[in-house]
Amino acid sequence: MPNLEHPAYPAAALLRLESLVPCRESQVSMLMSIFGERQHFSFPSIFIYGHTSSGKTYVMQTLLNTLQLPHVFVNCVEYFTSRLLLEEILIRLQNCSETEQTSHVPCDTFNDFVRLFKQAVARQELQDQTLYIVLDRAEQLREMEANILPAFLRLQELTDRNVTVVLLSEIVWELFRPNIGCFEPLVLYFPDYSIGHLQKILSQNHPPEYSADFYAAYINILLGVFYMACRDLKELQHLAVLNFSKYCEPVVRGEANERDTRKLWKNIEPHLKRAMQTVYLREISSSQWEHLQRDDGEPLQLKGLSAHTHVELPYYSKFLLIAAYLASYNPVRTDKRFFLKHHGKIRKTNFMKKHEKTSNHLLGPKPFPLDRLLAILYSIVDNRVVPTANVFSQITSLVTLQLLSMVGHNDQLDGPRYKCTVSLDFIRAIAR
Amino acid sequence: QQIQEDLNKQLFDNLVNFLRQSHSEFQKKTTEWTCRMKSREIPTAALVLGVNVTDHDLTFRSISEVLQSNVTPYIALLEGKDCPGIKNLMQKLMGQLMNCYIDVDSVEDEDYVQVSQNRVRCSMTSLINWYKSVTKKTDSETPSRKRASSSRHCQSPLVVVIFKDMESFTTKVLQDFIVISSQHIHELPLVLIFGIATSPMIIHSLLPHSVSSLLCIELFQSLSCKEHLSTLIDKLLLTGQFPFKLGEKVLRVLINIFLYHDLSVQNFIKGFQICVVEHFYSQPLSILCCQLEDIKKRVNALGHDQCENIRRLPSFRRYVENQVSEKQIALLTADDFLKEAVQKLLEDLHVYHENYVSVLRCLHVFTSSLPKYPLGKQIRELHCACLENRVWEIEEYESSLQLARMLNKSDLVTMLQQCVEIFVSSSGTEFDKTVEKLKEFLTQFQQLEAEAFQEQDVSVSSQKELQKKTDLYHLQKTLLELKESRRSKKLTKFEMLRFEVVDYIDSLVRKYLVPADHKTLHEIMYFNTASVLREHMNAAPRIALHTALNNPYCYLKNQALKSDGGGISNKAPDICIAYRLHLECGRLINLVDWLEAFSTVVTAAEGPSADAASSDQVDDVVHARFIRAVSELELLGFIKPSKQKTDHVARLTWGGC
Repeated sequence: MPNLEHPAYPAAALLRLESLVPCRESQVSMLMSIFGERQHFSFPSIFIYGHTSSGKTYVMQTLLNTLQLPHVFVNCVEYFTSRLLLEEILIRLQNCSETEQTSHVPCDTFNDFVRLFKQAVARQELQDQTLYIVLDRAEQLREMEANILPAFLRLQELTDRNVTVVLLSEIVWELFRPNIGCFEPLVLYFPDYSIGHLQKILSQNHPPEYSADFYAAYINILLGVFYMACRDLKELQHLAVLNFSKYCEPVVRGEANERDTRKLWKNIEPHLKRAMQTVYLREISSSQWEHLQRDDGEPLQLKGLSAHTHVELPYYSKFLLIAAYLASYNPVRTDKRFFLKHHGKIRKTNFMKKHEKTSNHLLGPKPFPLDRLLAILYSIVDNRVVPTANVFSQITSLVTLQLLSMVGHNDQLDGPRYKCTVSLDFIRAIAR
Repeated sequence: QQIQEDLNKQLFDNLVNFLRQSHSEFQKKTTEWTCRMKSREIPTAALVLGVNVTDHDLTFRSISEVLQSNVTPYIALLEGKDCPGIKNLMQKLMGQLMNCYIDVDSVEDEDYVQVSQNRVRCSMTSLINWYKSVTKKTDSETPSRKRASSSRHCQSPLVVVIFKDMESFTTKVLQDFIVISSQHIHELPLVLIFGIATSPMIIHSLLPHSVSSLLCIELFQSLSCKEHLSTLIDKLLLTGQFPFKLGEKVLRVLINIFLYHDLSVQNFIKGFQICVVEHFYSQPLSILCCQLEDIKKRVNALGHDQCENIRRLPSFRRYVENQVSEKQIALLTADDFLKEAVQKLLEDLHVYHENYVSVLRCLHVFTSSLPKYPLGKQIRELHCACLENRVWEIEEYESSLQLARMLNKSDLVTMLQQCVEIFVSSSGTEFDKTVEKLKEFLTQFQQLEAEAFQEQDVSVSSQKELQKKTDLYHLQKTLLELKESRRSKKLTKFEMLRFEVVDYIDSLVRKYLVPADHKTLHEIMYFNTASVLREHMNAAPRIALHTALNNPYCYLKNQALKSDGGGISNKAPDICIAYRLHLECGRLINLVDWLEAFSTVVTAAEGPSADAASSDQVDDVVHARFIRAVSELELLGFIKPSKQKTDHVARLTWGGC
């Protein structure tokens, strides 16, 4: 096991850090060697990427907190405009040591930011240490003004202060690189946790009333069921907490002791399988799941979210939707054949056959003009339909319900074109 | 009129009651959620409301009212159209929350108003700061404040954010908002409510798994709008409370609009209100459409003209014709006598309504359980059928009676009991006898049951006898005998009684369910001009446009335009001529041809005197008029410029009018 060693930090803190970040020792030691000692100038910008819940944010946070490095941690989703983001960084910076609220400073451009940043650093007397600015979910930076990302990458140079910007993201650096070029950050990859890592991490926070071995056995079972479907650490943690009480039940009742793994496995297995079908997909919420566990009676009483697929629609809306579906998936030239009473003889030509081979359902819905929709509607409804305002407004309301979608430019005079976005099953359910 | 206001009030009361019912459960949940805030999940309620979006507004308003009074003062209602971006969403949210704070605490709002008026930094942190300051204040306040109840309710009041129409929010906004708020769920107890119009699947299709895993969604299904409607009809139309009634055709129109077009209870109510207004506006005798107590006063106050009006009513004329001649004269000449008669007739009508409703319900009890529902499943269908004509003359009634004669005993008994309940609860005095009769039936059934037991004993004993006899021939014979006796003896008693019951119900129906058209003075109470309502409720813009352009006389009322035999008159406005000409063309219209046709039509009036010189040269004025007409048509959306061919325009509308 590679022990964390660094001359600049006390051994106790390092030890604690090591216990807090299991399975990420190599990354942490790498980061620490990049950071160097407090007063050293570090690399101006570091880019860390890895898959969802591979511990990027957590590692960064614990590392900075345990070593008590001055830092600012900002989530870019939360501060969705550049102004908000910059101001937030400044406010956090001012609050680093002082508790009293400083007055609100407007900061609209990066130029202002650099100026105010220098002032803040001077006031905090942080010149002799490296200041870390961590930007979580950095992919959002790409959607802000074009200058934000390059400027953050060379913040050290711009401010002439000892500062390091750390970007955390789920996507690779290649997707970030702006086309005008910029300062290349140091790229660091966090690999996914393996199953062994997951086992280790999950078993670490066992509840105090049970032994660690007992919990580890439980985690083993849990991973056996869920690992195929889900490798997300957060999700697994969530599931582990939810189902643990069920696992403990025989022990609590005294039917089995903690070592009796086989019996416990028998007890929990069907339960977990069911959990995989419902809770994991968020078909039913976790609190409902807990209720269900407590009652433990009829298991299928609660219907999941997707069980309620039936949609009540007005009479004409149903027909409109069916007509839209037909218009989307049938080629125009078959209309005459299908919807006219006295159609001509069906000529089977080679050309037609060739096209019929690829199923239209695989190609997806095609756009169709409003006139065609109405024409099909008139032919499939038995009695006469009056084209009243209500019928037209139903079309737009179907669009807002996202059952139809408008294609192309939304100029009403230009003959709007629509697409049907619902599936065949849905149409079957409606057509009944 | 005050009656209408009454009606409105009643309606909204009904609605709010419904909501209370469906959301009482929901409130329980919200309070529970405060306890389980341990995880990062945001508690979320998904309200499936059905597609009748127009009703939702009211629903949400009453939800927020209920929540405000019971759970928390902090409620924000967000609409999809207001929030195209996350920035707008946050602004809207903060604005609503802070404003409601000001509303509640109007003492020291000076500085707060200023802050919210300035551009506050619209971010979660400022929201949290605001929330902290508010909760701190409420904690320090004495509990004598108005909001004491809510702050006692839970230490830190929830912040409820309602997304009115989930479907119309863009995915990105929702995702971002959920991610942000899940980061702060510990500092800010947030509850989300999604209003869903289609199906809960939309949550999955809008939000990716990484986001939906942050939510803790519970599903609440509101009442289906059809049920909603039937209860509404139940409470509004099928009571004796309101003298105003809907005629059969009008009711059909309203229900058709509801079922075919929008499923909106709001629109149904609006239609009903239009009926009320129209009735009181157009029918001068509608003064008499009032509660039973006021009738006498109002009848006495009638003037001579109004009496004449009454005499002109067709139903009254029919009534008069059936009287003896002296009485006829008295009715037609003496106002006082007429007034008395009218008063009596109106009272009869009231009694008729009361009886009608209860017998209708009774019949509904019978028919609604029959297989295939020959008379309709809902009471409204039955109501329509009864209003239309004599219900006992239609085929479905016959078949349903046939079916009723084949009901089994337990069903019949329960139905009879239900009928007894209906009659007992109704206020009509005539039903004492009916109740007695029905009860008699019930006791007879019980007796039958007892007898049946005895007979079973008999049959058991006979079976025992059977076992003794081993001869095959005898066995066959006795078996046959047994069968015969069963068919003739045991079942007949029950069957007889069953026939009797059905016949009795039939007689009740014949007596009380006379359609309202056959009653005298029904015009006063019933509104039956469906065409007016259809015009108001179910507009047909395209048809209107077509008639306007095709037949301008219809709207302009100009005598010169009236002569319309199919040819195109040149006196019509230019746009009409252009429209008529364009109807004759194909998909692409050649502008030059069109212009020529146009100019021939226009210049036809100038007569053959001028045409010789300018046959090939189109007049500048005509040209200008033509261009103007074409551009007007383009504005109306009938044609558009086409790029496929030069000097051609594409036609956009095709028949279907």
